Amino acid sequence: MTLANPSDFNGSLQPQGWLKYFSFSLDHKVIGLQYLVCGFIFYLIGGALAGVIRTELASPISDFVSRETYNEVLTLHGTVMIFLWIVPVVNGGFGNYLIPFYVGARDMAFPRLNAVAFWLIPPAGILLISSYFIAGAAAQSGWTAYPPLSLTTPAAGQVVWILSVLLLGGSSIFGGINFIATVLKLRRPGLKLMQLPMYCWAMLGTSILVVLSTPVLAGTLILLSFDIIAHTGFFNPALGGNVVVYQHLFWFYSHPAVYIMVLPAFGLVSEILPVHARKPLFGYTTMVYSIMAIVFLGLIVWAHHMFTSGTPPWMRLFFTIATSFIAVPTGIKFFNWLATLWGGKIALNSAMLFSCAFIVNFVFGGITGVALAQVPFDIHVHDTYFVVGHFHYIVYGGTVFVIFGSLYHWYPKFTGRMLNEDLGRLHFLLTFIGFNLCFAPQHWLGLNGMPRRVAEYDPAFTTLNQISSVGALLMAISTLPLLINVVLTAINGKVSGDNPWNALTPEWLTSSPPPVENWLGEAPLVTEPYGYGQKQEVTP
Amino acid sequence: MQIRTTLTVLTAATALVLTGLWVGNNVNMLPIGASSNAATYDSLFKVLFSIGTMLFVGIVIMLVYSLFKFRRRSGDLSDGLAIEGNLPLEIVWTAIPAVVVLFVGIYSYDIYERMGGMVALNDHSAMDHSAMAQPAMQASASSRVWGGIGAAGMDAPSVGKVLPVEVTAMQFAFIFHYPDANITSGELHVPAGQSVELHMEAKDVIHAFWVPQFRLKQDIIPGQPTVLSFTATRAGSYPIVCAELCGPYHGGMRSNVVVHEPEAYSAWLQQNSPISTTTT
Repeated sequence: MTLANPSDFNGSLQPQGWLKYFSFSLDHKVIGLQYLVCGFIFYLIGGALAGVIRTELASPISDFVSRETYNEVLTLHGTVMIFLWIVPVVNGGFGNYLIPFYVGARDMAFPRLNAVAFWLIPPAGILLISSYFIAGAAAQSGWTAYPPLSLTTPAAGQVVWILSVLLLGGSSIFGGINFIATVLKLRRPGLKLMQLPMYCWAMLGTSILVVLSTPVLAGTLILLSFDIIAHTGFFNPALGGNVVVYQHLFWFYSHPAVYIMVLPAFGLVSEILPVHARKPLFGYTTMVYSIMAIVFLGLIVWAHHMFTSGTPPWMRLFFTIATSFIAVPTGIKFFNWLATLWGGKIALNSAMLFSCAFIVNFVFGGITGVALAQVPFDIHVHDTYFVVGHFHYIVYGGTVFVIFGSLYHWYPKFTGRMLNEDLGRLHFLLTFIGFNLCFAPQHWLGLNGMPRRVAEYDPAFTTLNQISSVGALLMAISTLPLLINVVLTAINGKVSGDNPWNALTPEWLTSSPPPVENWLGEAPLVTEPYGYGQKQEVTP
Repeated sequence: MQIRTTLTVLTAATALVLTGLWVGNNVNMLPIGASSNAATYDSLFKVLFSIGTMLFVGIVIMLVYSLFKFRRRSGDLSDGLAIEGNLPLEIVWTAIPAVVVLFVGIYSYDIYERMGGMVALNDHSAMDHSAMAQPAMQASASSRVWGGIGAAGMDAPSVGKVLPVEVTAMQFAFIFHYPDANITSGELHVPAGQSVELHMEAKDVIHAFWVPQFRLKQDIIPGQPTVLSFTATRAGSYPIVCAELCGPYHGGMRSNVVVHEPEAYSAWLQQNSPISTTTT
């Protein structure tokens, strides 16, 4: 257990106070908050890029930025939002902060690796953004970087993009190894796996996906960089290469990446709902098996991104069936969450509003997802705005809503102060209305003939695109109440006390914010983290 | 009490199913259909839209009802019921999605087969055409058609023989070549009611051929010929859209497919044919 004690590392050399957030701190709580704040800055950058896209699309002709710039912007938007906002925040941010508490440890298994994993992110992000300014042109081939397009667009920007994604992938792998080791090896004596809070299972499953699939992306991008720099022919058809092989390798990571973004959100929601509904999490065991089923199925569905790429018929059939079946474990989780709410004493605060809206949005995105899994359906809408609408319902309506809900839920833990509820409700309303205005019309646009990644479109689609752009504007405005809330609360927010929600999970059984060692004494043994409605004894 | 609950659940479920069916059959989300494939596609869409509406509306009503019915009264600090699970109930809601996706999967497989998607392309007559078309197609290295949709869809009410057209995609245009009549065109002209087989290859990067009114799309891949078959059913002009990011002018890479009545198509062939006596 000595490795898990940050005081071994955090000698007098570590800066104290606010400076520690700019240091190579080994404290998992500091690292978690570093991830969260860094991720949020990139969310604002990615959001600004989305603003450029929606401004361009407010009119059917290409009139706001040049066509090249537009492709750079859409490439950066996707890359920033996935690799610098959602994946780091929902894994590294909340994972680092919560997992050691949940397993009853004083830090992650490998604190130094943990700090390295975080400190890879800011330089990788700056590198990516700066490619727009220094390399002459940023990558223009979308976040998918399909060859041969990625071999023919300006090489410098594409290579910088590859380098940046490799660094971020490395960070992700370091984090994944750390979470697996922490959950499996650092549990407090007496704490069984099936007694862990659900977020631990979600992070275990996610980390298995990270460790299995991210190296494949890394290898693929290295081969792609050889094609660009050394003019090899792995993916260059002019030299006998095969472009469809790249797509298989790319999606072998990038489909599981969807689960790397949503499984942790499933875990966080499973923590939030029982607390504010005052009820045990319904069906703990089936929830655990569902996560593991999603992990397994998530690894064998990648070719559903390639139904029009010229895959053979048998392959289309297999991937349709495998993809459809992901609906089963996912459905179990949603019905279990509804059952968790049923018969509860629900406090509909900001954390709950965002969590319940997540259920609505994700069910919508899940239903369009099952439709997209069907080859004949997909052949019409593949690479259209229908798909853009679908995946934003999953990653924004799903994961980003959960990130916001989690912020309202755990902010008192981070700071000892409560976020303002009125501003929180305003933030929720603006986000929910803006989000649905922005992305719901895109389904119709895709069905009726608007392809994705275009700077210009048929004038018949103008009205719905303008509604979508208004929605995007509301989403931009929605960040203001959040920012004001966080700043005002930091100055003179209501003091929360150690456990404002009367929650039973272990992170609340210490002071808020917690001491460096997490608990002043020994870590408590929490065997029933969801024991609401019954007498619960916490063994110290 | 028990009977009343059962009745309420049954009534709600029936109302939900009827709502879903009504929405799926009456809310039109699709553009007009102009190929034999479109009708097949639209029937699949209706089924998916109906089931999706039932599930979405049902879950949202359950959620909103719970949030209202089980809201915490002010001053109430007690917990809810200590229910940790219910195995029969969980089996039910494992079974429901399993049955739904199984049904949807089998149904869409059937649809796909009717579209011609399961035809083994390598045994198909497509081979002869691509062999014939080699000089123009630059496909000599690939004697193998990589993928696409074959011409043997059961729903295809084609008359006469298959009309082959070679499609070359490049940044940022489609070029259509009619090997039988030796016509090259920037627009695709086809007769209604006859099966058309596109043999497609890209010059530079990946493009995709999409006609929303045909409900069909196929990537056009450099180095790997693909095939797409359809039978147009409705005269008119429809957009051909490139659906795969192919460079700065991707959004402008469009063309038209003009579907003629058979006589008008013959006239178009006559007009454009380099040898005036050629007919199909």
